[in-house]
Amino acid sequence: MLKLSNVETYYGQIQALKGIDMEVQEGKIITLLGANGAGKSTTMKTIAGLLNPKKGTVEFLGEKVTALRPDQLLRKGIALVPEGRAILSSMTVLENLEMGAYHRKDKAVKAEIEEVMQRFPILKERQSQMAGTLSGGQQQMLAIARALLSKPKLLLLDEPSMGLAPLIVADIFNIIKEINSAGTTVLLVEQNAKQALKIADYGYVMETGKIIVEGNAADLLTDPRIVEAYLGRKSTSEQELVKEGN
Amino acid sequence: MLLEQLINGLTLGSIYAIVALGFTLVFGVLGIINMAHGEIFMVGAFVGVMTTGVLGWPLWLAFIASIVVTGILGYLLERMTLRPLRGKKGVSHLAPLISTIGVSILLENLSHHIFGAGNKPFRTEFAEISIEIGSVSIYIVQIVIFVISIVLMIGLSVWLSKTKAGKALRATAENLETASILGVNTKKIITLTVIIASAMGGIAGILVGMAFNSVSPQMGLAIGLKGLAIIILGGMGNVKGAMVGGLILGLSETFLVAYGDSGYRDAIAFIMIIFILLLRPQGIFGSKIAEGR
Repeated sequence: MLKLSNVETYYGQIQALKGIDMEVQEGKIITLLGANGAGKSTTMKTIAGLLNPKKGTVEFLGEKVTALRPDQLLRKGIALVPEGRAILSSMTVLENLEMGAYHRKDKAVKAEIEEVMQRFPILKERQSQMAGTLSGGQQQMLAIARALLSKPKLLLLDEPSMGLAPLIVADIFNIIKEINSAGTTVLLVEQNAKQALKIADYGYVMETGKIIVEGNAADLLTDPRIVEAYLGRKSTSEQELVKEGN
Repeated sequence: MLLEQLINGLTLGSIYAIVALGFTLVFGVLGIINMAHGEIFMVGAFVGVMTTGVLGWPLWLAFIASIVVTGILGYLLERMTLRPLRGKKGVSHLAPLISTIGVSILLENLSHHIFGAGNKPFRTEFAEISIEIGSVSIYIVQIVIFVISIVLMIGLSVWLSKTKAGKALRATAENLETASILGVNTKKIITLTVIIASAMGGIAGILVGMAFNSVSPQMGLAIGLKGLAIIILGGMGNVKGAMVGGLILGLSETFLVAYGDSGYRDAIAFIMIIFILLLRPQGIFGSKIAEGR
């Protein structure tokens, strides 16, 4: 449903993406891995329209969407939960959720906000609080819930587990799986490569602005190059990893 | 005497608040001080003088004319002097400030040219009518000004907190990028903000014309500086701060004139800023942490 061909994005003179080709199939969870500064977030921002590529094309549902504005892309069905969550901290939790459904004009919005709050009870409890007063995990839930209210076809999640306690990280990954099984395609950027590969169908690994490895998630989990560089283990402990990976 | 001064202070303060709201809205969304706001306000006042004095229109029609003219000025300001500078590489963050100063000079000299240098009287049919309540006399003009300002302030607050466009404006003010990924067309919201701020300036222009019965091409600068003082006092970009700051300044100026030395009237705004900034550098309602931009 999403296809990047030879995308090159620059920050001023500095080239951050050096010809990215990738494809996201409908209904799947695709993960994008790599070290800091590899260009993962840049890729996400380019897809979401926050950055314009100098070269290459982005296609969504067979339509060229390169260089559209973020609000136009949202209307086409691409929602981004950016790194660092980007909640509106001076607005209430409820207002944040309402902003998630900003472009929608249908009558179902109210009922759906209620539904989302049932799913994340903490958001209901705190609905009239300023969103800035929530904890990190709660803010991440809010950011994801808010993005879902735009009814995206493709959800871009940029490091949803960043800075969160392990228990909450597990929660977040469960939620991502749920979202996907409810029919939303997910493109997930993660530092936490093992967790991400466990729930993903397909993965891409980036290094200094290029994609160096791609493959089925299960294969990547056992790929010695990936294991050594991104899963933080020596290849010798591969056996144990395979066991865990199941 | 005290009650009369209180009413005078509230009238003046509510006008200041409206002027400051125009500054604070633009600052909140764009992060720049609109130095042309005072001159847009002055144009609004002249539209009031021309429509009521020369054309003989009723006051409500003068308000509408002023809103339309200053709204259009706001649109042109955004389209021609602010938008071309936004998001371009190599443009200093001071560039939009300078270009609004340019617009302010242009507007001041243009109206100097068209209307002449002197003060123009602003006549309203009820300018001299007052009502006596006990020993207190209140001018109808004061009531009209106060009511219009309060309605405007309440209207703006409700609009910002309850409507979709108002929430989009607040989201844009907090973070342009976040607002845009939530589907807000931030270009449109920015334009809308500058238009609303300018139209409020236009309304304030007529109110000041009515209050002081005089309009001149230079009035924009003085009131512009006071508006600026108020948003520093109340907290940059803060709507509540602009309202409260305006009332504080209006009341303290009035009481200083009544019970102290009227020569220091215009100094009080700036003395107050010095004190407030010493005690609360972020302004009365400002947040401690500066927004990251």
